[in-house]
Amino acid sequence: MSPETPRAKDGRAPDVFSRGGWTPMRDYALSEPVDFLIVGAGAGGATLGCRLAENGFSVVILEAGPFWRPLEDFASDELAQQTLFWTDDRLIAGDDPIALGGNNSGRGVGGSTVHYSMIALRFRPEWFKCRSQLGYGFDWPITYDDLAPYYEEAEEALKVAGPVNYPWGPPRRRYPYRPHEVNAAGLVLARGAEKLGVGWAATPLTTVSAPRGKSPPCVYRGFCNYGCSTNAKQSALTVWIPRALRAGAQVRDLAMAGRIDIDPRGRATGVEYFREGAWRFQHARNVVVAGYAIETPRLLLNSACPLFPKGLANSSGLVGTHLTTHAGPGAWATFDEAIRWYKGPPNMAVTEHWNYTDQGKDFVGGYAFMSQGPLPMAWAQTLATTRGLWGAALRDEMRKYNHMAGFVPVGETEPRAQNCVTLADDVDQYGLRIPKVIFSYSENDKRLQRHAVAFMSEMLAAAGGYDIWTNFKDTSHLLGTCRMGDDPTTSVVDADGRSWDIPNLWICDGSLFPTCGGVNPSLTIQALACRIADRISRLAATGSLASA
Amino acid sequence: MREIDKGDETASPYAGYDVLAKWNTPSFDDRTRGVLERRLTEISPRRFLAPDAFALLEAVVERLAPPLPGLSPRLLARWIDACLYENFGEGFRAVAAPPWPQSWRIGLGAIDGEARRLFGAPFVALGADEKDATLQAIQQGTTDAALWRRLDAASFFSDTLLKTIAGLAYAHPLAWNDIGFGGPASPRGYVRLGFDARDPWEARERR
Repeated sequence: MSPETPRAKDGRAPDVFSRGGWTPMRDYALSEPVDFLIVGAGAGGATLGCRLAENGFSVVILEAGPFWRPLEDFASDELAQQTLFWTDDRLIAGDDPIALGGNNSGRGVGGSTVHYSMIALRFRPEWFKCRSQLGYGFDWPITYDDLAPYYEEAEEALKVAGPVNYPWGPPRRRYPYRPHEVNAAGLVLARGAEKLGVGWAATPLTTVSAPRGKSPPCVYRGFCNYGCSTNAKQSALTVWIPRALRAGAQVRDLAMAGRIDIDPRGRATGVEYFREGAWRFQHARNVVVAGYAIETPRLLLNSACPLFPKGLANSSGLVGTHLTTHAGPGAWATFDEAIRWYKGPPNMAVTEHWNYTDQGKDFVGGYAFMSQGPLPMAWAQTLATTRGLWGAALRDEMRKYNHMAGFVPVGETEPRAQNCVTLADDVDQYGLRIPKVIFSYSENDKRLQRHAVAFMSEMLAAAGGYDIWTNFKDTSHLLGTCRMGDDPTTSVVDADGRSWDIPNLWICDGSLFPTCGGVNPSLTIQALACRIADRISRLAATGSLASA
Repeated sequence: MREIDKGDETASPYAGYDVLAKWNTPSFDDRTRGVLERRLTEISPRRFLAPDAFALLEAVVERLAPPLPGLSPRLLARWIDACLYENFGEGFRAVAAPPWPQSWRIGLGAIDGEARRLFGAPFVALGADEKDATLQAIQQGTTDAALWRRLDAASFFSDTLLKTIAGLAYAHPLAWNDIGFGGPASPRGYVRLGFDARDPWEARERR
């Protein structure tokens, strides 16, 4: 069953912890301006919506995709679960066009946290001052110390399961839940790291290692990237959204935002969105865009009006520019032992050695890398597209499945103006101009990837792997198209996510990142959202919010 | 849906393993049983491709798909036709490329054109070696550009044709049996995670 008719309506929303159950939901009238109208219910929008509602603001969250109930909607099956991805038309271009759809998008309440790998890592402190302290990229307008309390808040909310002593970063409190037992795929990384004399750790993960409320402990079924059918996964869908609803927020699923309206004074008045066959308009005192690094700039550009002909929040001309992704070249090997890497979360061991070591690099930036656990469809597609195997050759290689292990990095790429999201002339099923996503690696990005692949290959060999091969095509995460900063001429929003141009327009998602670092972004997005909620509440208390 | 016809078994390290034998165990939940029941029993009619294009696709799948006993090229071709009919692709495409379903029409036509160019006969009429040689030429991009119009031949072969066929083949339980994949695992999941560790409900490997 695919719930392609709205479920969250008439004063109730799906209860994600039951089959067919409901939970009460506040209903706001379209004509009644809500304090905050948020576009997108993922890591940024759901977190911010929850924290603002808990602080007493009236909140409506629009989400283009469905509102899932994991227990009844999620199959243990790769093919059936392809419905979790954003597959509306998009164009890709550049020397290294980024594959979209599957691994770097989400469509549905919870966004891509519904199918994320649950890796919960903090940024290295120096990355917040990349330009001044490490000599590349851009400085963030906040420091690590500004964000640290909110990292802790997000880790606590998500009950991150991690090691007692995490080897990297400043001293920190222990993770809320004990670490998971590392699977064989992760033990390969551990063995290799110890041989090479670099650190490793059980990956801090947002799947619980002990019961938590209605979430049972993780059963290691291994389908994490296709939706968690037991609710062990702690995501925007299972953590922030239920809290947001309890605090009085309203979520409208299958509601596609098309345009932010602007009044003659240059203030946002609300959002036009398509739901149940018709365009509607929700009035709001503040609008927050939280659609991730493609849909956020797309909505701002599609909302161009006579007052803002280049698109909203775009006096700097930077909206859509400086797109970054994480390069994910792989190194793979065969082992005599059975690994059976389909068991457990896909990335149970990590090394951040090259995030925290600057010596011995021929590039700027960093990368973490993790053990891997691809399921058969995804693995067959990797073999087919990167090694060109078909017929009997594909079958023979696939039969090594249970004896394979490998590593993939989260490799930092440089923020560069020419990597960008723009509008194509084609329109989608809503009549909205579709995005065109242009990306090319820099020479530095390529050096970083060669370094990662060489080091990962060396580690696989040290761990006893043989027949080592590598691939260079993959990426994950999309960041940085509406960056935050200190200066209206060189950034889109300020340190609070507030547009420099339109005082009641905000951004809260991965598009804020001035640089992308070498770790998965979801924890930082959620920490930023918690901080922005606090900042907004403080601004409100001092009368500094715009009154529409 | 208790068993699937395994046909002639070639030497598999997991011979005798049938992932569907777990159908009535805690490794399968109702949602997953429903999905697999439909996949294995409801074969949709051909709706998108014309009969000759469909026959061509079937012949291409027969060469590109892993030769798994019991997994028929016709079934995979039907699944592809259904995806095309429903426009259920990945959503993104190169700026120069036509939309996904049209790419398939153009690409299949070009495969036939390459077969005629190389061997003077339609693809379906070629012998296995000639079919493979045609496909290898396309994989390597040694093609007649006029046949491919706005498509990049090598990219269509790798990222559309082969990626789709390989993915769908390994979405079939027969393929899971062949590689010893545990298959559906909810709500029971797994207990033994270490090297050479196997739960009783996982495939036994002969080594």
